[in-house]
Amino acid sequence: MSTAAGADPGWRRLHFRTVLVTALVTAGVAAGAAVPVTVALSGRLGYARAIGWELAGAALLSGCAAAGDYVRWRRTQYRVGAERVDLHTGLLLVKRRSLARERIRSVDLTAHPLLRVLGLVTVRIGTGEQGGDSTLELDPVTRAEGERLRHELLDRGVPQAPGTHREGALATLDPRWIRYAPVSFVAPMLGGAAAGGVLQVSEWVGAQGEVIDWVADRFRDTPLLWAIGVLVLAALVAGVVGALGLWVEMWWNYRLEREPGGTLRVRRGLFTARSLSVEERRLRGVDLVEPLGVRLVGAARVDAITTGLTKDEESRSGDHNTLLPAAPRAVADAIAAEVLREPGAPNGAALTAHPRAARGRRLRRAVAVALVPVLVQAVLGVLLTPVLLWTALACGVLFLPLAVLLGLDSYRSLGHTLSGGYLVTRSGTVRRSTAALQRAGVIGWTVKQSWFQRRAGLLSVTATTAAGGGAYTARDTDACEGLAFASEAVPGLLEPFLDRG
Amino acid sequence: MAEGEGTIRLRPPRNRLDPRAVGWWRAQWLLLTAAPVAVLGILGAFIAPARFWLLMPAAALAGAGLLCAVLFPSWWYRTHRWEVTDDAVYVSTGVLLREWRIAPMSRIQTVDTVRGPLEQLFGLATVTVTTASAKGAVRIEGLAHEAAASLAERLTRITQDTPGDAT
Repeated sequence: MSTAAGADPGWRRLHFRTVLVTALVTAGVAAGAAVPVTVALSGRLGYARAIGWELAGAALLSGCAAAGDYVRWRRTQYRVGAERVDLHTGLLLVKRRSLARERIRSVDLTAHPLLRVLGLVTVRIGTGEQGGDSTLELDPVTRAEGERLRHELLDRGVPQAPGTHREGALATLDPRWIRYAPVSFVAPMLGGAAAGGVLQVSEWVGAQGEVIDWVADRFRDTPLLWAIGVLVLAALVAGVVGALGLWVEMWWNYRLEREPGGTLRVRRGLFTARSLSVEERRLRGVDLVEPLGVRLVGAARVDAITTGLTKDEESRSGDHNTLLPAAPRAVADAIAAEVLREPGAPNGAALTAHPRAARGRRLRRAVAVALVPVLVQAVLGVLLTPVLLWTALACGVLFLPLAVLLGLDSYRSLGHTLSGGYLVTRSGTVRRSTAALQRAGVIGWTVKQSWFQRRAGLLSVTATTAAGGGAYTARDTDACEGLAFASEAVPGLLEPFLDRG
Repeated sequence: MAEGEGTIRLRPPRNRLDPRAVGWWRAQWLLLTAAPVAVLGILGAFIAPARFWLLMPAAALAGAGLLCAVLFPSWWYRTHRWEVTDDAVYVSTGVLLREWRIAPMSRIQTVDTVRGPLEQLFGLATVTVTTASAKGAVRIEGLAHEAAASLAERLTRITQDTPGDAT
């Protein structure tokens, strides 16, 4: 199973340039901190001396950091053996970690801009098990060494079923996809963050009051509503610009490839280059994700449902298992099919709709949520001031139709079916997700039925799996049909526990 | 329930829990309500001006807790059931929110037996069966502790004999 492992059984070190990287990064941080410090010190010492002190401080800091990193470099060694990968590290205590090669599920290469300039990458070797100790990190090695490790660790020489499905590039970036960036939820969030950031920074400088006064001055002669509208618009524009920038940073050079040996690889990133490799035999399905804005313009994103993606800090970003960024629905379907080696995407199969009772539940829930702020304001309005009654009315007029629309859409989104070897469930309105899960990947069932669901003849069927989110649910299915669906999806598992009347 | 010839239902699992589980659940309810009731009661005894507003919720809480302690456990005893076949573990729980969980033997990763302090008092134990899914654990609570031990042993034996890679 090992390829060239025997050729070099010895211990290797990380790349020595890590010391330089650490020194430069520390110097950069010191330079960033220097600006406010200069302002603070120059009053007492004068600019020249303040800068002098800072240079000395920065040099000292970088020197210390570099020395620390040098010790770390000296004491860190790794070895790729025939059976195991070992990493010895640690400043004071020597930490010895060892992973069985056959348990390695993913090898990720990332490089922030500085590492890229220096031709280095950070390699993260994961087994995908829960818990902190499942990932080995080699920070950094040369790019060539990273590639070599990736090939050696993931290529098990298992011949995949030779099919019609091609190797090589499955998808590359189409710059036109950038039009889906502003409609994601990132834009309003970034807009809010920009507004908050301006206030925060101005508070640091002690000029928050002036900023607010300046803004108030601009709008002295305009009515309040206009002012609010213009400010929201400005924040949105900032958000859209931010979303475009973020999209370019994240998805530039995007490439989805199938490599010999049955590995899918995603590469992307403008400044920070990211690479994600997923073994195909760990792939349990794909999830077609359509956030509301993206769905309205007819696009979708493809996420992998796979066991063994490391769930560490890096995955907070949420796009960690994304195989394809938001792209036209047809492209997304084609990629889903290609990734699964199927003639057509199971996510696109015709779905069984859920009973009408499910619609009532969704509508009631949406309206209830919308009524909460209305009722709170109405009660307060009666008790305190009639102004709140008017805002309650405005909220009601605004939110109730929206809630009804979302409730109806949420019902329309519900669906499930079996398509070939896959079980497909779809739900959600704000983030609609159509998950196609291999039936062989189902490792248990959970059936839930609340008192209300029982009265309406509904229940929720959840397939548990080791991959992805751990569970995929068909919500509010017809009680009989849902059980029949689950029973058929995995023959023999549910059947002994069913009463067929 | 839907009518017609094709009516399908999950049948209840075969085995009931140990009857002592009823007492254990009652004790849990009582302890759960005793803590806030005691705090409110003590405060009420010392703070004369707010006495009414402290003792009234205390009484309401105590009443609700007692009612739950009387009603729910015997109700639960009827719906909490379990069954282990050669192929799967099957558990049903809940009254208002009913839940049925099924884990196939070939996918079971670990079998744990846990006895909390209160459970020990009642001679009970909980068997937890986990699979590779973060959301697929199956718990059988309120078994007599010898029964739990032999069940855990049996499950371990069956899972060892059943081939499967658990994912």
